[in-house]
Amino acid sequence: MDITLRVWRQANSRAKGKMAVYKVNDISEHMSFLEVLDVLNERLTLQGEDPIAFDSDCREGICGMCGVVINGVAHGPQQTTTCQLHMRSFSDGDVIDVEPWRADPFPVIKDLVVDRSAFDRIIQAGGYISAPTGTAPDAHATPVPKRDADRAFDAATCISCGACVAACPNGSAMLFTAAKITHLGLLPQGQPERYSRVVGMVAQHDVEGFGGCTNIGECTAVCPKEIPFETISRLNRDLISALTHGGSHWPKAAPRRDELEEEEDDIIGF
Amino acid sequence: MARRAKNYRNDGDSVYRLFYDTVKGGDFRARESNVYRLAEVSVEIIDQCVAQGVPFAREYGGLLDNRSFGGVQVSRTFYARGQTGQQLLIGAYQALERQIAAETVAMHTRHEMLELIVVDGRARGVVIRDMVTGGIETHFADAVVLATGGYGNVFYLSTNAVGCNVTATWRAHRKGAYFANPCFTQIHPTCIPVSGEHQSKLTLMSESLRNDGRIWVPKSGEDKRDPRKIPEQDRDYYLERIYPSFGNLVPRDIASRAAKNVCDEGRGVGPGGLGVYLDFADAIARLGRPAVEAKYGNLFSMYAQITGEDPYQTPMRIYPAVHYTMGGLWVDYDLQASIPGLYVTGEANFSDHGANRLGASALMQGLADGYFVLPNTINDYLADGPFPKVAESHPAAVEAVQAVRARIDKLLSVNGSRTVDSFHKELGRVMWDYCGMERSEEGLRKALNRIRELKKEFWSDVRVLGTNEELNQALERAGRVADFFELGELMCIDALVRRESCGGHFRVESQTPDGEALRDDDEFAYVSAWEFGGDRRPVLHKEPLFYEYVEMKQRSYK
Ligand SMILES: Cc1cc2nc3c(=O)[nH]c(=O)nc-3n(C[C@H](O)[C@H](O)[C@H](O)COP(=O)(O)OP(=O)(O)OC[C@H]3O[C@@H](n4cnc5c(N)ncnc54)[C@H](O)[C@@H]3O)c2cc1C
Ligand code: SF4
Ligand code: FES
Repeated sequence: MDITLRVWRQANSRAKGKMAVYKVNDISEHMSFLEVLDVLNERLTLQGEDPIAFDSDCREGICGMCGVVINGVAHGPQQTTTCQLHMRSFSDGDVIDVEPWRADPFPVIKDLVVDRSAFDRIIQAGGYISAPTGTAPDAHATPVPKRDADRAFDAATCISCGACVAACPNGSAMLFTAAKITHLGLLPQGQPERYSRVVGMVAQHDVEGFGGCTNIGECTAVCPKEIPFETISRLNRDLISALTHGGSHWPKAAPRRDELEEEEDDIIGF
Repeated sequence: MARRAKNYRNDGDSVYRLFYDTVKGGDFRARESNVYRLAEVSVEIIDQCVAQGVPFAREYGGLLDNRSFGGVQVSRTFYARGQTGQQLLIGAYQALERQIAAETVAMHTRHEMLELIVVDGRARGVVIRDMVTGGIETHFADAVVLATGGYGNVFYLSTNAVGCNVTATWRAHRKGAYFANPCFTQIHPTCIPVSGEHQSKLTLMSESLRNDGRIWVPKSGEDKRDPRKIPEQDRDYYLERIYPSFGNLVPRDIASRAAKNVCDEGRGVGPGGLGVYLDFADAIARLGRPAVEAKYGNLFSMYAQITGEDPYQTPMRIYPAVHYTMGGLWVDYDLQASIPGLYVTGEANFSDHGANRLGASALMQGLADGYFVLPNTINDYLADGPFPKVAESHPAAVEAVQAVRARIDKLLSVNGSRTVDSFHKELGRVMWDYCGMERSEEGLRKALNRIRELKKEFWSDVRVLGTNEELNQALERAGRVADFFELGELMCIDALVRRESCGGHFRVESQTPDGEALRDDDEFAYVSAWEFGGDRRPVLHKEPLFYEYVEMKQRSYK
């Protein structure tokens, strides 16, 4: 099939960008979207034109590197990662717009490549469990209810791609942050830092310039890992608990027993 | 040594079993002591990961699903969700970010190490390039650790991420670090076949599929019917036929070679005849679709996503693909390379897997190296310090920086007629054809000649546009491909010299009468550690291997 790509070209973070038009012919429906860019780049190189910069690494939907906005939708029409989008989702003659993630905290480095290190800094602000190497207790010492382990896993599948931010009219990274809060906060190992974590991560989220969440839900429509919207309610609950109990000074101790029970009820709503 | 012997008795089966399986699985080309240590710390690794919040599968009682064999079974549990690696990586990543916040680690993302700085025979620093600005920087230290992964992408197509490359370890090799067993590569039997010229990477289907799927090809190469229309008597379930006791569960190298053989006979299926069927019809009939869906649902949908075919209706097509490289920089028991002060961990070293790696053991090894081995051994080295300070102006540093700049300038100035990728693809094809699943004296010699020609052509005809002072992905790739040429050459030499078959290394000249790999323990029970030869031949150093606890046997899965 033959298609036309309109691609965002921007030489560097300071330069002004614009859309450039490229015709790409003889595309196979088995190609992935990134492979079309590969083919186009080969051609551009031979013509002496600067190839299009775009990020990718695993090319199998697990590393989160490859996101671009396709026809206005983060990762394109399939609710999967860009690298897992195949040309059979398009038709002969289509004109396809390709742009980088657009959000102030994700500055464009070049063309379709953006700097997502703001996510790293949100993790640094508490998105971990402090477990110095060599001090870990026996893994069986603390049983984890299967339901919690499974839900923690669901949240842990977030690949930090940033599509949620790109899709959100507010440029909010709440779904990403909530995925991490949910993953770590559902596990017993994550309890001692549960409240300092949420306070720290949300504060950093705001410092980075991500917008607030107003429950629009565009994020979940594009999230390739189907992180549920309810994780955000969970984050909000934890945040309110933390703030009413003393904010970031919340003692690093396990929550009270009654709070744990409250947890159980919440889960049903997921 | 005393401690080891004691542990053998105390730990009962689990540690020993893992140790035994790994030594045997590596086809007796791994160092026994390293493997035993790996098995010992495997249990601690799980404790550490759980403490970090890795969400392992749990049983209803809340305990970890299956733990009886140390690391092995736990990994198997992960397969249920097909995300082992990713989840362990996220755990390690979060722990790293915590250290960055604590300012004990400084992270330089989008920077690439391009040269090792060696001062007075010790590794004392690196030269790195800022991939956004093109800035060339030096960093100095008392010791250098490389954890830069494997080199499977020398084949161009592999299951590895497209960014994987050999540059860091190859640059260290050129500075004197020995490269061990470069020809030991693992070809994974269950990957989605190549769909065309445009293919940029291959996708692994979890090995667990072989538990319930049955592998077959038509008995006759002429049989082009829809697979569902081919009756039982016209199908050849070749693994079940040749290996009645292990059937579809034979180790990776055996399953891969068997697939190649049936395709070479002209019985392969799908585009280009490079594929075999992995059929779940029996499993669906036996267990019901919901059970199959619960077990493999995400893999099936991944397959459907990539191929556009529905594996519930029609058999999957699979073909082997390069997946892991057992070879790597040579290290001693302390994970120190042959350059003092240089340490190498994870897939980048050669340490634990011999000639073939068992499933789920790569991450175990990487985490063992980083969490439990290095913190102990590197301290021992640092205790020799303090080492004299190295200044930016030290001749070794100046020389390294100049070398990096000269190479970049050269790559940018050739301005020839071929793209970097076209060279990479061609190199990959040569490696796959002659240094892949089957290697022969004749083929390897052919490959060596072709690689040398290609390398020359590359340096005189490659086209890399743009400048150094910008994000220039073609330039990044060009440097990596240049190193892949040199590595590819060494792999072929290593494969030529090792005139035996073992693990993933199959020399056609060395096989049993029924076509199985034939080891030659008298001649080749050694690690080949290659010293860089510059313009001359590389020099082979042999580290003999001794087996005190596991008796050397011919593997048999019949
Ligand atoms: C699809 C797939 C599935 C797998 N599944 C499993 C599994 O289930 N179980 C299992 O045990 N193993 C599995 N493996 C193998 C395992 O994932 C790898 O062996 C392991 O990740 C290697 O870890 P590492 O830290 O040594 O290297 P890597 O994870 O490759 O990390 C190397 C890092 O170094 C960086 N780097 C490279 N060169 C440079 C340079 N010059 N300068 C700066 N940085 C550099 C890279 O960007 C990368 O971040 C799988 C592998 C693949 C490809
Ligand atoms: S929540 Fe979903 S969309 Fe957002 S970063 Fe994670 S995986 Fe990507
Ligand atoms: S390249 Fe890794 S998710 Fe797309």
